[in-house]
Amino acid sequence: MLVHLPILQVIVPLMAAPLCLFLSKPRLVWLFALIVSGLSFLISSLLLEQVMTSGTIVYELGGWEAPWGIEYRIDQLNAFLLLIISAISTVVLFAANTSISKEIPENKHTIFYILYLLSLASMLGIVATGDAFNVFVFLEISSLSAYALIALGEDRRALWASFQYLIMGTIGATFILIGIGLMYQMTGTLNMEDLSKRLPEVEQTRTVFTAFAFVIVGVCLKLAMFPLHLWLPNAYAYAPSIVTAFFAATATKVAVYLLIRFTFSVFDLSFSFTHLPLQLLFVVLGLVGIFVASTAAIYQTNIKLLFAYSSIAQIGYMLVGYSMTSVAGLTATLLHMFNHALIKGALFLALAAVVYRIGSAQLSQFQGLGRQMPITMAAIVIGGLSLIGVPLTVGFVSKWYLVMAVIQNGWWPLAVLILLGSLLAVVYVWRIVETAYFKPALASSETIKEAPLSFLIPIWTLVLANIYFGIDTRLSVQVAQAASQSLFGVSP
Amino acid sequence: MLIGLYNYWVVVVLMMVGFYIVIAHGNLIKKIVGLSIFQTSVFIFYISTANVDGGTAPILAEGIEQYSNPLPHVLILTAIVVGIATTALGLALAVRIKETYGSVEELEIQNKDNQDC
Repeated sequence: MLVHLPILQVIVPLMAAPLCLFLSKPRLVWLFALIVSGLSFLISSLLLEQVMTSGTIVYELGGWEAPWGIEYRIDQLNAFLLLIISAISTVVLFAANTSISKEIPENKHTIFYILYLLSLASMLGIVATGDAFNVFVFLEISSLSAYALIALGEDRRALWASFQYLIMGTIGATFILIGIGLMYQMTGTLNMEDLSKRLPEVEQTRTVFTAFAFVIVGVCLKLAMFPLHLWLPNAYAYAPSIVTAFFAATATKVAVYLLIRFTFSVFDLSFSFTHLPLQLLFVVLGLVGIFVASTAAIYQTNIKLLFAYSSIAQIGYMLVGYSMTSVAGLTATLLHMFNHALIKGALFLALAAVVYRIGSAQLSQFQGLGRQMPITMAAIVIGGLSLIGVPLTVGFVSKWYLVMAVIQNGWWPLAVLILLGSLLAVVYVWRIVETAYFKPALASSETIKEAPLSFLIPIWTLVLANIYFGIDTRLSVQVAQAASQSLFGVSP
Repeated sequence: MLIGLYNYWVVVVLMMVGFYIVIAHGNLIKKIVGLSIFQTSVFIFYISTANVDGGTAPILAEGIEQYSNPLPHVLILTAIVVGIATTALGLALAVRIKETYGSVEELEIQNKDNQDC
């Protein structure tokens, strides 16, 4: 059984998705989805433990040997990502039943859970697989389920946002497909491990350069790197709140993973960063992204939109750490992926609770909420502090490692800019705090009560995780460091 | 060069035509059609790479020595399924957009959204 964990990780939610159709009551379906997601979490914890103690796990699908068959290859990086995705999915699902009861019509609940599980399965698949074409297939499953999930939003703008995402997402995925095709043409293999061995021989050809360019642009569209981020804000703002919480915490992380996998493992480091000006490009675009998106966030009146822009800014931090090409820089990026998932998961879940109670995410409706929904608002405040990077929260840990890595590279001005970027986060978080705590409650909202327990439990699980991993960083730092060392080929 | 790479020229032309339609046209249906053309060009590209000079279809039979590489064909079958699903979903969204906005023109939809704000 333990030997088959890598495939079970993907196949359990994938098979569970259609099974939802046989369950009659939406509540039963919810319970079933929750159990399946919990199982995935269990599997990913076991996988991480196994990888940390005994190294990379290679699993051949159907017993076919690697370059011919598809193999799943789980190293520290994969296991780390699998854990993040399945953990967030489980926590978010806990609140799903209550949240969607107000936002999605009853007859679509079953469909919602099916799409949710498909989305979960495909994200896990993208991370687990060691086959380049398999990545494309899972990427498309994940995109298609994402488009449908976003279109379930109440507001009609959800449809338009979903359509725009469909256009951009399909272009991105097709670019990746072209890139993979060109690589196959040059090497005759689709296995990532095999590709990394054969690509250096043909490295200096124009075809390989083209393949690389296509893959990178495609992945950057998916991860919403500035200036390819246009699909993200509306998609996050108008999707059902639960969907936003799940995607904001996981979807872009998967794309960042792909970027790391392709530039570090499939193409080697020297090719990615010395032959092409990738470093300069990503540092500049990452920084511009931080400032433009944070500034845009300040001016939003819809809080979901505000945090969506803030997500784009956080991607900027990840890109800056990534493009440092040092073990410390990559560690900071991986840490931030973990920490940002916790932060945004908590924030968007708390927002879902607010939307559940007041039916809107407009800033003007937040007046006086600090007294009416004290526990939920406290969660938003702590999440916000974590986003800014206040000590004792996870946000501080990732900023600390990022700034240390920058200084280690001797890029002093960059460190200053990163801290300035955090100041912008102070501004937009303060706007929420000010409205919620220092303005009188609206006359229409006097009857508003605290969110139900089915929200408070998952929200505070994530908030406490924010604080716990901000103090006891052993697990996250250790795994992130091990993953980044193995990517650089340094033995720990 | 020109004749020998005939397939690839078709791929490039189709790709650009599709891409241009997606970007330049404001009509949602036309965008979907452009996207389809764009994806189709990639299908042709994969199938072209599978071709082996003088090779026949990859069927196991007497007297066939050289045959095309079947793997890209299989890969592209998957991609075609994905392409169909994307087109279907895109069209379904267009129908829903038409129902709620009363239009499938990008500009009109944007205008209506701006009025809402």
